[in-house]
Amino acid sequence: MSKPRIATTSLCGCFGCHMSLLDIDERILALAELVEFDKSPINDHKDFTARCAVGLIEGGCANAENVHVLRRFREQCDVLVSVGDCATMGGIPALRNLVPLEECLREAYVDGPSVFNPGGRIPDDPEIPMLLDKVYPAQEVVRIDYHIPGCPPSADTLWKTLTALLGGTSVELPYELIKYD
Amino acid sequence: MSTSLENAIVEVCASVGNEPSRLMDVAREIQARFGCVSAEAIDGIHTHLGVSRPTARSLVSFYSFLSEKPKGRVVIRLCDDPVDRLFGHDRVLKAFSDELGIPVGGTTTDGAFSLERTACIGMSDHAPAALVNETPVTDLSTDKAREIVAELRAHMSPDRLVKKLGDGNNGHPLVRSMVENHIRKAGPIVLTEHHHGEATRKAAAMSPTEVIRSVKAARLRGRGGAGFPTGIKWEMARAAPGPRKFLVCNADEGEPGTFKDRVLLTEFPDRVFAGMTIAGYAIGAREGILYLRAEYAYLRRFLEDVLAQRRAEGLLGKSIAARHSFDFDIRIQMGAGAYVCGEESALLNSCEGLRGDPRNRPPFPAQKGYLGCPTIVNNVETLACVARILDAGPATFSEYGTKQSAGSKLLSISGDVGMAGVYEVPFGVTLRDVLTMADSRETQAVQIGGPSGRMVGPSEFDRTICYDDLATGGAMAVFGPDRNPIEIARLYMEFFEDESCGFCTPCRVGNGLLRRGLDKVLAGRGEPSDLVQFEEVARTMKATSRCGLGQTSFNPVLTTLASFRPLFDSLVKEDPKKFRRSFDLEASTREAARIRTGGAR
Repeated sequence: MSKPRIATTSLCGCFGCHMSLLDIDERILALAELVEFDKSPINDHKDFTARCAVGLIEGGCANAENVHVLRRFREQCDVLVSVGDCATMGGIPALRNLVPLEECLREAYVDGPSVFNPGGRIPDDPEIPMLLDKVYPAQEVVRIDYHIPGCPPSADTLWKTLTALLGGTSVELPYELIKYD
Repeated sequence: MSTSLENAIVEVCASVGNEPSRLMDVAREIQARFGCVSAEAIDGIHTHLGVSRPTARSLVSFYSFLSEKPKGRVVIRLCDDPVDRLFGHDRVLKAFSDELGIPVGGTTTDGAFSLERTACIGMSDHAPAALVNETPVTDLSTDKAREIVAELRAHMSPDRLVKKLGDGNNGHPLVRSMVENHIRKAGPIVLTEHHHGEATRKAAAMSPTEVIRSVKAARLRGRGGAGFPTGIKWEMARAAPGPRKFLVCNADEGEPGTFKDRVLLTEFPDRVFAGMTIAGYAIGAREGILYLRAEYAYLRRFLEDVLAQRRAEGLLGKSIAARHSFDFDIRIQMGAGAYVCGEESALLNSCEGLRGDPRNRPPFPAQKGYLGCPTIVNNVETLACVARILDAGPATFSEYGTKQSAGSKLLSISGDVGMAGVYEVPFGVTLRDVLTMADSRETQAVQIGGPSGRMVGPSEFDRTICYDDLATGGAMAVFGPDRNPIEIARLYMEFFEDESCGFCTPCRVGNGLLRRGLDKVLAGRGEPSDLVQFEEVARTMKATSRCGLGQTSFNPVLTTLASFRPLFDSLVKEDPKKFRRSFDLEASTREAARIRTGGAR
C-alpha cells in the first residue's frame, strides 16, 4: 500500500506554523517514513500531483488567490485541518476587519507616516490578487474537518495530531499542549 | 459650561436630594430639557451629584432614551417589534424618513426632529405604533406618518396629535392618550371590579405572617413567566436580616408583544398599588418603587395622582388603614429604554442610577437587593393578583386555573388575529381555544413570549397555557399562513442582539451568531451544519450566560427549528465540493474592485 499523501499551504499567515512543523526536528524523518509530501512549501511542489489524505492549512483568506488555493485543497484532500489561530479564527491579519478596506489601503500606500509614494497610487496591477472585504477564517470559505489552536501550535501538538490522524486513532492533546496563557 | 445648564443641573440634583443613586432621574431630566446629556452636562453632574464621569457616561451611553449628542426637540421613535415589522413598519419608517428628509438615527439640521427605531413599546395591538416624545401614536400608515410630520411642523406639540381619546382611563385628563385598552376578555380574577381599599384594610387587620400564609394558600406564582411561588419569595425577604427592606414593582414589560401591564396600569393602578402595599407589609418594607419603563411615561402623571389619592385616603403613607406602624410609601422610578432592565437584578441596578447590567447571583435580591437591602421584585400582574387574594380570599383565587397554576393569566395577543388585545384566561386553557377567542384563522405559528418563550406550530395547539406546559409572561404573537416562521425568528434574534447588555460574551456574541445563521438560511446559503451550530451555540449560551436574557434568548431559534424542521431542511443543503455556500467570492471582492477602478461607492 502506498503511503498517504499530505499537502500543506500557508495562506494569509506568517509561515510560523510551518516553522513549528519543522520544529519536530528529527521526527521529520519518521514523518517522511509515514507520508509522502505532495504540494507544500516544504518541498516547493507548486501543485498537486495526486489526491491527498490530509491537507494542512495555515492562515485565513485575505485575497482571492487564498480562496482559490483553499478551495483547491478542499477538492484535493480527504481531510482538511486548520493549523493555528489565523486559519481557525483569522488571527492577527483579521485585525484589519475593524477598518474599512479603502482606509487600510490608503494608510498602507498613501497616508502612512513612513510612506513615500509621490504618485499616491494604490497598487493595482492585474497580477495582484484582489483583496477580500475582510479576512475570513478558513472554515468560513470551505468546510474544515479539524482545528488545531495555537500561535503557532507547538511541534509536539502538530506531531501528536498528525500521527493520530494518520494512525486512525483519536487525538488526545494534554492540557499543556493547548494552554496558551 | 453655560449658566443655564449649570443652574439646571444644580436644581435637578437638589430635587433628588443630591443623592448619587438617583443619577437616572437627573440624566432623564437633563435629557428632557436640553435634548442630550452632553459631555459638559456630565461634568456638571460629576461636580454637583458626586458621581464619577465614567459612571455618568456609561449610564448615558447604555440607555436608548439618553444620548450625549443632541436629539431633536421632537423625537419620533418607531417601534420595531416583530409584529410591527410584519404590519408595515418599513413603509411607515420610509414615509417618516422621506417626509423629514433624514435617515433613521438622524436629526434635522434645524434641530427640530430626530427619527429612530426602538424596541417594542408595548403597543403591538396597535401596530405599527410609535412614540413621539412621550406620546404614543398608534395604528400608523404612510398617510398618517405624513400627516403627523406636517402637523408637528405646524405646532411642535406631540400631545396635540391626540385627536380621539382612547377608552377608559386613556381618556383621563392626566393621560389623554389615543391608546385603546382592547380588553377582550375580562375577569373573574384580575380584570374585574374590586372594592377600593378593601384589600389593604383586610391585610392591615392580619399579621404579616398571615398575609404571606394567604398568598401561599392561594398558590400564587410570579406572573413574569418564571413562576416562582410568591409567598416563598416573600418569606425569604421577611426572614432576611436588615432594618431597611424594599418592595419593587417591575413595570418594565419589554418582552416583544407584551402590553398587558400597560392595560393594568391604565385601568387598575389602584389595585397594583394595593398589591405593592400589602407585599411591603408582608415582607416588612416601608419603601416601594414602581419601576416604570420609559415607553409608558405617558401614564406617569396619572399614576402619581392615584398614589396621591391613596395617601389622602390613608391607604399609603404612615399608619396605613389606621394600623400603627404600618408605614409604606411608593415612588415611581422611570426607566430609560432598556429591555434587559426587566431582569430583576438589572432593574435594581437601574434603580440605583447605574447601567442595567444584571448582577451575579447569589446573593439574590431577597437577600441583597436595592442599595444592598433585602428587596422583593414582583411583576405588575402578580401584585394585582395579591390585591385580589386579600380582597376575595385565597380560595376564590385558587379554585380558578389548575392545581399547579392557580388563578388566571393575562395574555397580550397580537399579530394575525381578528381581535388583538388583552385576554384574561384561566390557567390550563388550550392554545387552540385562545386562538379561537382571538378570532385567528389558519394560524401557522404562535410565538409565546416570556423568559421561556417559544414558537409553536399547529401540531402543538392543544397544549395548555400554564407553568408546566406553555409558560408565558403574557405575550402571544400570532402569525398567519403567509408569514415565514424563520423570518419571524430572525426578527426576535435581531431584537435580542440589540438588547443584550454586552456584559458577558456568550450572550453578546451568541445572539449575533444565531441571527447571522438565520440570515444565511433565509438567503438560501445555509448548510445542514448550520442547524447543528444553532444547537451548539444555544447550549453554550444557556450554560454560560450571566442572566436570564442570554440563558433563554435562543429559544425562538430552537423552538422554530423544532416546530418547522421541514422548512429549514428545504432551505439548507450540502455543497458537493464541501465549499461554504455562504461564502461569495464575487461579493467579497467587490469593494477591492471598486477601489482599483476608482469607482464611486
